[in-house]
Amino acid sequence: MTTDTETPAAAPPAAPPPAQTASRAPKRRSWLGLWFVLPFTAVYAVFMVWPMLLGLYYSFTDKSLTGRPVEWIGLANWSEAFGDAAAWDSLWNTAWFTILSTPPLVILGLAFALLAHRARKMGWFLRLSFFAPFVIPVSVVTMIWIWMYQPDGGLINHYLGEWGLGGDRLWIFQEDSMGPIVATTVWWTMGFNFLLYLAALQTIPGEVYEAADIDGANGFQKLWGITLPLLGRTTALVITLQLIASLRIFDQYYLMAGGGMNLSPEHVAIQYIYNAGFTGLRVGYASALSYILFVFILVVALVQFRLLSRKED
Amino acid sequence: MTTVQERPPASESKPRTITRRRGRITVGGALVYFASFFLALLWLVPFLWALSTSFKTETEASLGQPIHWIPEDWSIEGYRVLFERGDHLTWMINSTVVSTIVTVLTLALCVLAAYGFSRLDFPGKKVIYGVILAGIMVPPQALIIPLFDVVSALRMVDTYWGLALPQVVAPVMIFILKRFFDAIPRDYEEAARLDGANHLRVLWSVILPLSGPILAAVGIFTFIGSWNNFLWPLLVGNDPSIMTLPVGLGVVAGGYGLLYAQNMAAAILGALPLLIVFMLFQKQIVKGVAGVGLSR
Repeated sequence: MTTDTETPAAAPPAAPPPAQTASRAPKRRSWLGLWFVLPFTAVYAVFMVWPMLLGLYYSFTDKSLTGRPVEWIGLANWSEAFGDAAAWDSLWNTAWFTILSTPPLVILGLAFALLAHRARKMGWFLRLSFFAPFVIPVSVVTMIWIWMYQPDGGLINHYLGEWGLGGDRLWIFQEDSMGPIVATTVWWTMGFNFLLYLAALQTIPGEVYEAADIDGANGFQKLWGITLPLLGRTTALVITLQLIASLRIFDQYYLMAGGGMNLSPEHVAIQYIYNAGFTGLRVGYASALSYILFVFILVVALVQFRLLSRKED
Repeated sequence: MTTVQERPPASESKPRTITRRRGRITVGGALVYFASFFLALLWLVPFLWALSTSFKTETEASLGQPIHWIPEDWSIEGYRVLFERGDHLTWMINSTVVSTIVTVLTLALCVLAAYGFSRLDFPGKKVIYGVILAGIMVPPQALIIPLFDVVSALRMVDTYWGLALPQVVAPVMIFILKRFFDAIPRDYEEAARLDGANHLRVLWSVILPLSGPILAAVGIFTFIGSWNNFLWPLLVGNDPSIMTLPVGLGVVAGGYGLLYAQNMAAAILGALPLLIVFMLFQKQIVKGVAGVGLSR
């Protein structure tokens, strides 16, 4: 169908006899299209496809960062990885972080978007406040939050103590738990989900609510019966993106664990891979771990997508 | 699925006039405003606290108790020290250079490729597009080890290109742009093509002018993503002279020790550039996300 509409357009500027054009056009066109996609494809091949293949190859070798000759060692890395308790621990920690962070990130994103959609006159201020943290570099975020988490003189413990909430004994703010990382992450990245929901809300036409108004539905009924169902696809998208993002956690954990938070030496998956490759210099082993994480993320994303899209139907 | 019809993104609909507007103020409405205002203020607390700390003297900042939201003893010492040391400025320039390269290249390469996939037919098109789409599922972090190997083989470690080029690979942008181009009615270009315009010309003078909001969205999100990228620049930019702002702040400034006022001054300066960008382009960002149609 594409071809039909484009045939007349393919005539070269010089406009040679029509008969010739018709026979030559498809060939010329085919080369042209390749030129359009070539620049991106080239960069993509070098920095995405090639590293993926290389990583797969390395996972079967004893490739090291020291640069000594590479030797094929078969499945040794893989069997080591599957028996590596610390690696599974890091994967579990990553999953735990994802389980803790996804619900508040999705629910708050939705709730804040509903508020901002209703409170239109404050729209500018609300969008600024809720979305602004998302544009801030992670190291700035962790600097500020580590400062707020300080046991002495930190803002959070001060107010928790003042309001009788038991100071630093409240679990989410305990220095050696996942709690502070989750709280910081929610503050930092909720804005993206907020924006996706807000954009979706703006595409719901007002007429949809008119019938409900005539029927005398109250605000809650409209929210539950109309708005939320209409946001179903957005929710599926937000949850998928959020799961993928949470499973990739590294930055804030790395900075906060190394920046004065009293985190136990447990690692998150990316950090474990990073350490295996760049501290342990074992590129082959780190590559095998990378592939396990990659497959894990892929499976989670696919399963979740399947579940949610079935619900949609 | 939904009762809402999917509109082609090209038909830029005006922001809907508020159909539910009523002249009177309801209790529920007031409650919504009150709750929104309170939550927004709560969300700003970390910023405000950092801002407040950054204008204190080190003594007052480290004292902590009692909490002063307004500094008792105003001081810009933290900022002065940072400017004197100067590395903050270097990082900011590095971040600007890298993010600009990434954004310009991403836009240029993705627009060209998306046009090719949307409007042209060529051998291998399906295979190439399929391989690119599959890339959406690959988390870049899982690639860092072999990617580092590739970049060092290309002798790009500690260079702007080594920092920028791997970030240009954004398959999802191809997907978004192609979908958008697909929805632009072809009648528009027919006229131009009959006038003898070639494909580049059509792309430039017909397609791009219709794609303003989506290009803005793709550009802004690419820029934000690149500016805030941490793991990759951490690996490839070891030299302090090539460090980007997030890495510099995380690695070097983290070692300043317990100088809270100075730390918070660094945080505020680090947050400022993109906050300004965000305030300037807020409308386009929200509109762009709607236009991308991701959320429908």
